[in-house]
Amino acid sequence: MTAERIWTKITRVENIPPREGRPVRVGDLEIAIFNLNGRFHTIENACPHKGGPLCDGIVTGNAVVCPLHGRHFDLETGMPVRASEPSCLAVFPTRVDDGIISVDLTAAYRATDEAAA
Amino acid sequence: MKRLVVVGNGMAGVACVEHILKRNPDFEITIFGDETHVNYNRILLSLVLAGEKSADEIVLNDIEWYRSNNIRTRLGVRISQIDRQTRTVIDETGEVTPYDKLILATGSSAFIPPIAGVDKANVHVFRTLDDTRTLLEKARKGLKTIVIGGGLLGLEAARGLQVRGCDVTVIHLMDSLMERQLDATGGEYLKRRIEGMGIRVMLPRQTAALSGNGHVDGVRFATGEELEAELVVIAAGIRPNAELGRKSGLAVNRGIVVNDFMETSDADIFAVGECTEHRGQTFGLVAPLFDQARVLAATITENRGPVFSAAAPAAKLKIMGVDIFSAGAIDEAEPGVEVLRYEDPALGAYKKLLLKENKLVGMILVGDIQDELVYMDWMRSGTDLSSMRRQLLFPPPSDLGLEVADMPDSETICGCNGVRKGEIIQAIHQHGITTMGQLKQRTKASTSCGSCAGLCEKLLRAVAPDFQEETKTTLCACVPFSYERLREIVRGQKLKSVEEVLAVYGNRKGCEVCKPALSYMLDMLWCGDHEEDRSARFINDRVHANIQKDGTFSVIPRMRGGVTSPDELRRIADVADKYNVPMVKVTGSQRIDLLGVKKADLPNVWRDLGMTSGQAYSKGVRMVKTCVGTEFCRFGVQDSTNTGIELERRLENLFTPHKFKMGVVGCPRNCAEATVKDLGFVGQDGSWQVVIGGAAGKSVRKADLLVTVETTEEALEAGELFFQYYREHGNYLERSYDFVERLGIEKIRKETVYASVEERRNLLDRLHRSKELSRDAWLERDRPANATQFVQIEPMETVREKQLV
Repeated sequence: MTAERIWTKITRVENIPPREGRPVRVGDLEIAIFNLNGRFHTIENACPHKGGPLCDGIVTGNAVVCPLHGRHFDLETGMPVRASEPSCLAVFPTRVDDGIISVDLTAAYRATDEAAA
Repeated sequence: MKRLVVVGNGMAGVACVEHILKRNPDFEITIFGDETHVNYNRILLSLVLAGEKSADEIVLNDIEWYRSNNIRTRLGVRISQIDRQTRTVIDETGEVTPYDKLILATGSSAFIPPIAGVDKANVHVFRTLDDTRTLLEKARKGLKTIVIGGGLLGLEAARGLQVRGCDVTVIHLMDSLMERQLDATGGEYLKRRIEGMGIRVMLPRQTAALSGNGHVDGVRFATGEELEAELVVIAAGIRPNAELGRKSGLAVNRGIVVNDFMETSDADIFAVGECTEHRGQTFGLVAPLFDQARVLAATITENRGPVFSAAAPAAKLKIMGVDIFSAGAIDEAEPGVEVLRYEDPALGAYKKLLLKENKLVGMILVGDIQDELVYMDWMRSGTDLSSMRRQLLFPPPSDLGLEVADMPDSETICGCNGVRKGEIIQAIHQHGITTMGQLKQRTKASTSCGSCAGLCEKLLRAVAPDFQEETKTTLCACVPFSYERLREIVRGQKLKSVEEVLAVYGNRKGCEVCKPALSYMLDMLWCGDHEEDRSARFINDRVHANIQKDGTFSVIPRMRGGVTSPDELRRIADVADKYNVPMVKVTGSQRIDLLGVKKADLPNVWRDLGMTSGQAYSKGVRMVKTCVGTEFCRFGVQDSTNTGIELERRLENLFTPHKFKMGVVGCPRNCAEATVKDLGFVGQDGSWQVVIGGAAGKSVRKADLLVTVETTEEALEAGELFFQYYREHGNYLERSYDFVERLGIEKIRKETVYASVEERRNLLDRLHRSKELSRDAWLERDRPANATQFVQIEPMETVREKQLV
């Protein structure tokens, strides 16, 4: 059986410096892509706490720290690092082909389609 | 119960009594001391003279110690006679005290060379607490002072008096300073250091006479040359106080002769300390005397067995601001000795290692003693160094923990207080010690000069199961070291990036606490000569603006002294219109804030403003708030606006441990609130008060007076000195008001405005070098740190692909 995946080509790898994140707007969705020393991860950009721009946070290991109030989120799973913080983030599959980062936004489109329907 | 009488209440005598007490003896102990003080740490007198410590702080055994150990104490009493027939001692008043065992611990006295005029008023020695107090009473700014003697004691006295403001000259009989511990080159490096502090050194000079009518007024040399003097300190060496022994018929040469068990020629009389002579040698440094004390305690408590042997002398010498280490043989003429040398005149660093058969047998270190422990370990263990020949002068950093583990229990860890490894380990187990604070309190180790603190901590870490780092000063769990230690590591190991520090000394991850702190530390230590890592900085310092709750930024241009112009105001208004800035606000710092600017607009906003960054987002130099001063105000007595503008110009664009706000006011009415700023100048008629550590935020604190000076230039320099001192010694996120309270205003004064000429110049040099390499952060509008620092990434294309699931 086959399913359709929607990959969005984003940008060249060198546009995201090591241990930093960058925001990208795709339609209504804002994502943040992080460069973990050559491995790229994508999460939704808004912190579930107060909407802080996670792309601007400091990276610590595999996690990012929200610049507004210091919440930590794991970039691979989207889970909060401290169990006491309830909400988590959407994560999006990310790959690199020929030096270009692509993000699989199928889940986001599906959510949008469902909302529209 | 036997009667033990101890003549002498100094370090060696009392150390011996302490060891005797540990052996639970059946003794009734009486101690006679000719000084009126309880036992104090004589080594630290130089720190009392320099004002680093008070007389109380150098007490080793307080009166309660004597009382609780049932020791009868007779202070201010001199024993004039021993009657060996009746086994009694007789004091100057004729009072007779019987003994069964007698310990002579009479110490030594300053040697006064036979020079005409040494009996004149204002000629002193520097040997006891009373001598120190006398010198302190006489010392005053500009007092013409001559110190005769360029050995350790003379140099310590000279430095102490110079710190007190005296105009000091050291004269020395020999060609080279401290010739007993250093070679000629080492002596020359030391001389340069001492001269750099503002002390004159004259070599070689033989003093012929002291002149003056009653009071000394000058020194005449053998060459006929004369030098004016209001105070003369003689530090020409020490002589054992052996007179009592000699009069009572004991074997005495230069000192009271003792054998390996510290016994004298009389079976009931023993001697310990600087009054002794052992195998032809007399003593001046404290470490071997503590060994003597231990040996004698065994002998006298009928545990005769341990023997005393004077090991190769190791002398770590601490004169404030100069590090010197000398150990083992320093005579390179000895056959078979190879010599390795390293000199860096610019750094003032000199190293000389003496090797024999590939083993280290001696060393001299001046100016750079950071490898002292490695060298001592090599020397002590007789390590064969053939495989390390290429690294001898710059040994690789070694794990001190291993060195400490390898040391025998009998090894002295704290040379100042004579604490051995075994005692520390025993105390740790016995009292459940887990912190350095407890260790210091229990064992006194590392409480004097502090140079063994690292070693003590390694030992504690290795031995105590529940070791706790002194939490207050540790940076964070990612890099578990104190700020001071980290600064040493970063400087010593020449680490130049945050990632490198985290990789070598941390958990390789780092966090939002330590990364910005390390970024600051690297910037401060290397002033630009390092790899700046934007990812380690908070977003504000990545894009040079202050992030707001909605992810937009606030833009505050620099407006020095709060002074602006119609032209600037027009540009600000135009920018606010052009970029739809939601709010324009006057700040509490006499500046204008444009709130709600998008990240992508920042470079254009800055360009259109044509102004420099006000650093309002940064842990750095904020602003100087000023009043209008003499320019317009009818009460103003100082030109506060222009002084404030100049102060801001001198410090702007630099980073600090926390934000740094300043104020300059033209009269004591203090309209610009300078006394609640990190640094403030308060103008008075004919002078400026420079104040530091004020606060009017989460806490409110009135600033402390650093210094009062006459000219504006002096005020600016005092401000710069404190600023750089805070940069170098403040912990990250420590505001100046916490910093001032942590260190104390006295210490800060002494190390900034009252420091030696050389220390002040060095502070200013480092500040000016950083300043030269700093730049307006907003110039990144044209030269961004990376392509997407401000530019929003736009997605390229969307691809739909079929995938097997």
